Amino acid sequence: MSAGQTTAGAPPAAEDELLAHFEALVASGETVEPRDWMPDGYRRMLLRQIAQHAHSEIIGMQPEGAWLTRAPSLHRKSVLIAKVQDEAGHGLYLYSAAETLGADRADLLDALHRGQQRFAATFNHPALTWADTGAIAWLTDGAAVINQAPLCRTSYGPYARAMRRVCQEEAFHVRQGYDLMRALCEGTPEQRRMAQDAVDRWWLPAVALMFGPPDTEAGGADARTAALGAAVSRRAIAWGIKHHTNDELRQRFVDQCVPQAERLGLTLPDPAIRWNEERGHYDFTPVDWETYRDALGDDTHWARQRVAHRRAAHEDGAWVREAAAAYAAREDAGVPPAGTGAAGIAADRTEAAA
Amino acid sequence: MSRGREGAPASWEVFVRPRRGLAHQHVGSVRADDADTALGRARDLYVRRGDPLSLWVVRSDSVHAVSPDERDPYFSTARHKPYRYPEQFAPLTQEGPDGDHDQ
Repeated sequence: MSAGQTTAGAPPAAEDELLAHFEALVASGETVEPRDWMPDGYRRMLLRQIAQHAHSEIIGMQPEGAWLTRAPSLHRKSVLIAKVQDEAGHGLYLYSAAETLGADRADLLDALHRGQQRFAATFNHPALTWADTGAIAWLTDGAAVINQAPLCRTSYGPYARAMRRVCQEEAFHVRQGYDLMRALCEGTPEQRRMAQDAVDRWWLPAVALMFGPPDTEAGGADARTAALGAAVSRRAIAWGIKHHTNDELRQRFVDQCVPQAERLGLTLPDPAIRWNEERGHYDFTPVDWETYRDALGDDTHWARQRVAHRRAAHEDGAWVREAAAAYAAREDAGVPPAGTGAAGIAADRTEAAA
Repeated sequence: MSRGREGAPASWEVFVRPRRGLAHQHVGSVRADDADTALGRARDLYVRRGDPLSLWVVRSDSVHAVSPDERDPYFSTARHKPYRYPEQFAPLTQEGPDGDHDQ
């Protein structure tokens, strides 16, 4: 079978056949690869999700990055640098995956900078104390792992491979965050208070925002929101992009966190949390999505701040990109760059090329 | 040559040899204007952990490829040729349901 890359101009009969082939591939649990034919809707849904995910990774560097110079010990500082560096890496894995779908990385960054593409609103919260870096890693990275573990089996090959790398590193993020919280909880009463305060502020953003809007009525959404979310989730599940509803993953997260918080002696700020013998899960207060969306729209101070900071970093780095391009252009032209060491290397290259 | 598309640095495929005895494996891609920068970025991005033995970068547009779904007949030499497999032939010993053929 010859499957072209594009649907443009394909006669309807051929497209039916391509679609059947695509659906059989997904149904059999095989991955879809960049050169395979795929429906436009599939490509668009993937691009939207991967771009949102990539943007979240690099914006997510900001709240914790703010504490790099104020870490309480050299060890914690090294750990935090490694973690923030990983987040940059995750963004790059994902931008690479997006590029296999025909997107241009510069366009994606541009869309982020113009506010045309979103990132997880979780990161619109500020990290007010050192304990926040622990709570972010334990709770929001913990939520990310639950979201992302099933994505290691997502139907699009490059995305699945990126997620496998991401998940291996996220495990370190969650563990070091939990360890940081444990150290505070075993410390002075003031340190314990600081840990509890951070959990009070980061619990809801993690539960509500890391999993997306409710997509079942059981998740507490009104019928309309639930139906809307369910339609999107159904499509994503049918295409093998997702494997679970948002609410299913949210429940899994709560079930995992409650005993972890108990071991630390911390209280999760939700009075409704209690074990439900019948369901075999912890009950918790349903997410009030409307309130959250309003409180954390693009117009909040921190949302604007995050994008402005990202844009400034990009613009301040322009001269580095220009210099790298100029250096490469000179090298291509065979002009030895200034400096003896570099000139030696360039001379070797010219000789080899001759 | 250094620019893949207008304004964007070229794409490079990254290969890592994770340890002795293994071939270089494709791990992903980076963007960079020249090979040295590509190697540096590949190191920062793909070998932050572990103890890899070596790293290759190859410009993405230098990779020539065929895929079975696109050019079926291209791979037809591998099909319908059961005689290329050892189990198609009489076993050398009588052990096991299919015999042992190459131990």
